[in-house]
Amino acid sequence: MSEVKQMVKELANQYGRSNESLLPILQGIVTKELHISEEAMIEVARELDMSAAQVYGTATFYSFLDTRPTGKYVIRVCKTITCMMHGKNQIIRELENLLKIRLGETTHDGVFTLLETNCLGQCHKGPAMLINELPFTELTPEKVRKIIIEYRNREISAN
Amino acid sequence: MSEKINLRIDNIAVSVTEGTTILDAAKKINIRIPTLCYHEDLCVAGNCRVCMVEQVGSDRLLPSCAMPVAEGMEILTNSLKVRNARKKIIELLVSEHRAECTTCYKNGKCELQELSSEYIVGEDGFIDLIPFKDYTIDLFSPSIIKDDSKCIRCQRCIRTCAELQSVSALTVSHKGDQMKVTSFFEKPMYEVVCTNCGQCVNRCPTGALTERTYIDHVWAAINDDRKHVVVQTAPAVRIALGEALGMPPGEIVTGKMVAALRRLGFDSVLDTNFTADLTIIEEGNELLQRLKKVLVDKDESVKLPMTTSCSPGWVKFIEHVFPEFLEHVSTAKSPQQMFGALAKTFYAERIDADPAEMVSVSVMPCTAKKFEADRPEMRSSGYKDVDYVLTTRELALMIKQAGIDFTSLPDDDYDSIMGVSSGAAVIFGATGGVMEAALRTAYEVVTGREVPFENLNIEPVRGMDNVREATIKIENPLPDWAFLDGVELKTCVAHGLSNAKKVMEAVRAGAADYHFIEIMACPGGCLGGGGQPIPTSPEIREKRSEAIYLEDELKVIRKSHENPEIVMIYEKFLKEPLGHKSHELLHTHYKGRSRY
Repeated sequence: MSEVKQMVKELANQYGRSNESLLPILQGIVTKELHISEEAMIEVARELDMSAAQVYGTATFYSFLDTRPTGKYVIRVCKTITCMMHGKNQIIRELENLLKIRLGETTHDGVFTLLETNCLGQCHKGPAMLINELPFTELTPEKVRKIIIEYRNREISAN
Repeated sequence: MSEKINLRIDNIAVSVTEGTTILDAAKKINIRIPTLCYHEDLCVAGNCRVCMVEQVGSDRLLPSCAMPVAEGMEILTNSLKVRNARKKIIELLVSEHRAECTTCYKNGKCELQELSSEYIVGEDGFIDLIPFKDYTIDLFSPSIIKDDSKCIRCQRCIRTCAELQSVSALTVSHKGDQMKVTSFFEKPMYEVVCTNCGQCVNRCPTGALTERTYIDHVWAAINDDRKHVVVQTAPAVRIALGEALGMPPGEIVTGKMVAALRRLGFDSVLDTNFTADLTIIEEGNELLQRLKKVLVDKDESVKLPMTTSCSPGWVKFIEHVFPEFLEHVSTAKSPQQMFGALAKTFYAERIDADPAEMVSVSVMPCTAKKFEADRPEMRSSGYKDVDYVLTTRELALMIKQAGIDFTSLPDDDYDSIMGVSSGAAVIFGATGGVMEAALRTAYEVVTGREVPFENLNIEPVRGMDNVREATIKIENPLPDWAFLDGVELKTCVAHGLSNAKKVMEAVRAGAADYHFIEIMACPGGCLGGGGQPIPTSPEIREKRSEAIYLEDELKVIRKSHENPEIVMIYEKFLKEPLGHKSHELLHTHYKGRSRY
């Protein structure tokens, strides 16, 4: 049994095999694999006895269920109006400069992916962003530089 | 008895049962409320908002297709507020629809176009969003073309694929302005679990889903003097073609259709019904042989129940979803493919034509037949057995193009040979028809007597119930079939793939002990096929069904084995059912396909 098949089976054992189990299973895959691959979706469809297209439809509906490979750290900058007025465009420009990628891309070492997201609910502390599940608020270009350097250093010491 | 609810629609009093929608209540007093996402065969979606109406005393408009009536309601379907809202809604839909109507295949047959014209949607509408959208046009399938730029996201196709067919090849993906109707990972339809049944095409209100047309290929063949063009017409075409040419549903137009085909310039006008009769002989004998091998020889490699194989949507479905049951499917080819194989062998010999210069065209109520004709195994004549498949709709269009006044055409007869057929062949076009035709022949082969039903009408397998069962007890068989004495032949009929799925799941679970199962992929059988005139509804399918059974009753020959041309083809060419020649030309095999 392939690794993906095994993982999906375990998730289905944990969350069940009804239609309502689909979302927790997909979240479980993202927690483990960072994104949901074509192979994983097929296995979910098989386990839950539904069409693969329906799994794809559900997965693409949710912004936080990535269907394309992402880096180890996914940076999501809030794109909504309040954060924009607090200067999210400068934040994105700073991130693009630091990481040498454009919005929507992943660094060549596979460590960072830069995305925009809908409202994070931090309007009073904008601009805001998430790195994986951790929120960062009241961002300035300097603050962003510090955060990225910290993550980079962590990566270096981990290797 | 449920309570009656009283309300007024446009100041007309109406009384309906509880739970009725405003839309249906209005229909009852002949008030038409326009709809787009609503379809009689499908569950209510309420997403297009075209059917909005005003409730007096309320600020908000109501979607009439989704809103049940309430006591004392006062509904206005044509107030200024409703008219303005409706026009804006249509304009919004048009703004994200590639409205290049004059070059669209659905031009003149598009529900959105009709509404736009009714509400005079002009150039002062909203900004055309199509240049900003990135859309796909999927041209890979031999059956269905999917053009996202024309899609208004009403989701009729998705509901069709899920509810009627339980296939769900199509889904909604993404959200907001990115939301689209698509397949798994946005792959071409050709690569996913799609059965090509075309029920989505039949329900699409715009040109987003259409059949792949071969009209121009057929015209080119007709106009090529070197080619001998043979045409065959499926049973269900003759009772529906009239609808696409201005006639009411349920008209039998066999004679006019034959006359029109001849006027179009086909060299031989022949009948798929002939090979439907042949299918009965081959498939009926296959069933009896299977019964013998299972009951007498105890041969465990032979599988029962046997299922029919004439519906290409069903065949592709079982290949995808129940590949472990492929040995249960009759090896008999569908009538279309039997015809194709014989046209370029037997028929070519008879008329002394070079099969290399023959073009074989079929007119089918079906889009899946286009895929079937393209299967690599369907070349047993040494050539492509069926070159081009046209739907009923495409034939209607060709008749219009040729300037033929269809309704005034005199009746004409099919050419011979391969043009004569029995009543048993006509009913192939209705759900239960293949079963009835097979029983009329098989029972007589086994017992030497006619089936014990009044006027040969096997009522238990007829009708529109989702799944029907019938048991026929065999008594006093002929000596050859003595082993069947006292056997109760158990049969089952299902139409629509979601019903087929239920039956097959019961078989898999060991909860059903049928001998023979008839399955048609489309609701109502071929008469409700994906290639039939649009619109379709339960009422229209009922009318077509009545016409089919009437055509059967009007036939002198009612049983396939009594068709003189069938008797002749076995004498002169095939020799015996399931014989060497039959296996070469009339039988096929199936292959398992991935479900995902």
